[in-house]
Amino acid sequence: MNNETVATNTRQSRTIGRDLIGIGAIIAAAVVGYLLFPDNLALLTRIIAIALLVLSLDLVTGYCGVATLGHAALFGSGAYAAGIAAAHYGITNPLLMTIAGILGGAIAGLICGVIILRAHGLPQLVLSISLIYLFHEFANKASSWTGGSDGLSGISPDLLFGVYEFDLWGQTAYIFGVVLLLTVFVLLRFLVRSPFGMLCRGIKEDPLRIMAMGASPKIALIKMYVISGAVAGVGGALNAISTQVVGLDSLSFTQSAEALVMLVLGGTGSLFGALMGTVVFMLFEDYVSAANPFHWLTMVGVLLIAVVLFAPKGLYGTAAGFIARRLEKRI
Amino acid sequence: MQTVFSIAIDAFAYGMVLFVISIGLSVTMGLMRVVNLAHGAFAMIGGYIASYAAQDLGLGYAAAVLLAVFGTVIISIPIERLLYRRIYGAPELTQVLMTIGITFCIIGIANYVFGPTLKTIPLPPILQGSADLGFRSIAVHRLFAIVCGLAVAGGLWYAIEKTAFGVKLRASVDNASMAAALGVRTEIIYAVSFAVAVGLAAFGGVLGAELLPVEPYYALRYMVTFLVVVSVGGAGSIPGALIACLVLGGIDTTGRYLMPEFGEFFFYLAVIAIICVFPRGLAGRAR
Repeated sequence: MNNETVATNTRQSRTIGRDLIGIGAIIAAAVVGYLLFPDNLALLTRIIAIALLVLSLDLVTGYCGVATLGHAALFGSGAYAAGIAAAHYGITNPLLMTIAGILGGAIAGLICGVIILRAHGLPQLVLSISLIYLFHEFANKASSWTGGSDGLSGISPDLLFGVYEFDLWGQTAYIFGVVLLLTVFVLLRFLVRSPFGMLCRGIKEDPLRIMAMGASPKIALIKMYVISGAVAGVGGALNAISTQVVGLDSLSFTQSAEALVMLVLGGTGSLFGALMGTVVFMLFEDYVSAANPFHWLTMVGVLLIAVVLFAPKGLYGTAAGFIARRLEKRI
Repeated sequence: MQTVFSIAIDAFAYGMVLFVISIGLSVTMGLMRVVNLAHGAFAMIGGYIASYAAQDLGLGYAAAVLLAVFGTVIISIPIERLLYRRIYGAPELTQVLMTIGITFCIIGIANYVFGPTLKTIPLPPILQGSADLGFRSIAVHRLFAIVCGLAVAGGLWYAIEKTAFGVKLRASVDNASMAAALGVRTEIIYAVSFAVAVGLAAFGGVLGAELLPVEPYYALRYMVTFLVVVSVGGAGSIPGALIACLVLGGIDTTGRYLMPEFGEFFFYLAVIAIICVFPRGLAGRAR
C-alpha cells in the first residue's frame, strides 16, 4: 500500500492535493491495519505513538540537521508527565493527560535543545547520549514520583468524552491515536511549509548565511526543539494512556537509537518518510522477533547496512526518486 | 585514607583500560572523520578470541593476547574494505547508522556463536594475587593494566611525535588533501592507523576483561563510554584522551565507591558540564 501512496503523491503537483492524499493514505492505512490485525490493536497503537516520536525526531534531524541519539528523552518526559498527572494528581481526563504530555515534552525539549545545541558534530552526539542517560537515571532515582524500575502504574484514564472506554481491546485507544496522529500531521505540514520551517531548512543548509541574513539560528533551533518536544510528548502521552503504565524503557538510549533508525530507514526531511520508516521497522521488528528472537538484532543490523549502502535517501526518498525519474522518461 | 588510596588505584587502572581502548578510536576519528560506533565491538571480539584461546585451546595468556590482537585485525580488514570505505566523507548520520548496524550484527553473531553468558579470560599466576607496597597491597592485575596503559601511551607518543610515519599521520590529521598533494600516501596511513586502532581496541578488551566483563552486549554498553572519552578529550589528541580517561575514570570510580545508588548519574553530569564548557573537547582545536 505504501508504494501506491508514493505513486499517487508524486503525480500530484499541487501541495494541497498532496496533503489531502497524505491524510487519505494515513486513514486508509489505519483502516487496513484495523481490518488486518483486529486482535493486535495494542501493537498498532504503539506504532502510532512511536510514529509521533519519529516525526518529532524528523523535525530536528531531518529539517534542522541536528544529529541526536537522545530523542526518547522528550518522548519519555511526555509519557511520565501524563502518567504522573494521572497517578499523583488525579487528572484522568485523556485530553488533559495529553496536554500534560505536551507540556512535559516541550519542557524537556527546551532543556535538551539548550544543552545539545551548544556543540556540533561528535560532541553534539555525545551530549545527546549523555542527556538520555541522565534522564533515565533521574527517573530511576525519583522513584516516589516515577515508580523507578518497576514503572509508573495506577494510570486509569476516564472515558473519552464520557462515552468511550479505554478497554482491553484497545479500540478507543487506537482511534484516539489515529486522530491525534492526523491532527499532528496536518499541523506539521503547515509548520514545515511556513516561513519558520523554511528558516530551519536554511539553517541546515548553511547557518552562516542565515546569520548574515539577520536571523539567529540558535533561537530558531531551540524553538523547533520545543515544538519537537511537544510532538514527542503527544506520542508519550498516547503511550501512557493506551498501555496505562510508563516504564523506564521509554527514556532509554535503545528507544532513541531505534527512533533514529526508523527515521533514516524511511528517509529524513520528509514527514511521509518518518511515518513509513516507523511502520516498516515496527512491523519488521514484530515479525522477526516473534519468528526468531535470537537473530533479530543481527537482522536489524543487516537492514541498516543495506539501507545505508543501497537506499541512502531512505525508503520513501528512494521510491519517490525512482518514480520521479520514470515520470520524466515518459515525458 | 585507605578508601582514597583504593579509589585512586582503581580509577587509575580503569582510566588506563579506557585509554587503551579509546585511543585508537580517537586517532581514527581525528584522521578519517568517521564517527565509529563499532569500536567497542572490536574490543569485544578481542575479548572473545582471547577467552576462546585461553579456555578452549589452552594457550597461555601472552599467546591469547597476541592471537586476540592479530585475529581482530584480520577480522576487521574485510569489514574496513567492504563497509567503512564507503562512508569516509559521508554525513555523520550515515556513519552513525552504518556503524550501529555493524555493531548490531557483531552482537548478534557473538550471541549466536558464544552464547549470552559472561566469558572470563583466566589470568596467569603471575598476574593473580596482590603486590605488597609496604604500606598497602594492591592487585597485580591493576598494576599490570596501569603499566600497559602507560606503555601504550608512551609508545604512541613516540610513534607520533618522533617517527617519519608520525609526521605523515599528523599532517593527514591536520589536512588530508594537502598532505596527499605533498606526496603522503594517505590511503596507507588510513589503513595502518585503522589496523593499529583495532589492534589496540582488542588489546584493551583483553586487558580490561576484569573491569569490563566480556558479554554480547559489551559493544553497546560501553560504546557510549568510549565515545564520551573521545569527545571529552578532543578527537585526534593523545594527551587529551589521556586526561579525559583519567578524569572520567576518576569520576566514575569515585561515584561508584561513594554513592553507588546514583549509578552513572555523576558521570554523565560531568560529561555534559565538560562538553558545554569545552565544546571541542579538552584538547580540541578549532577547525
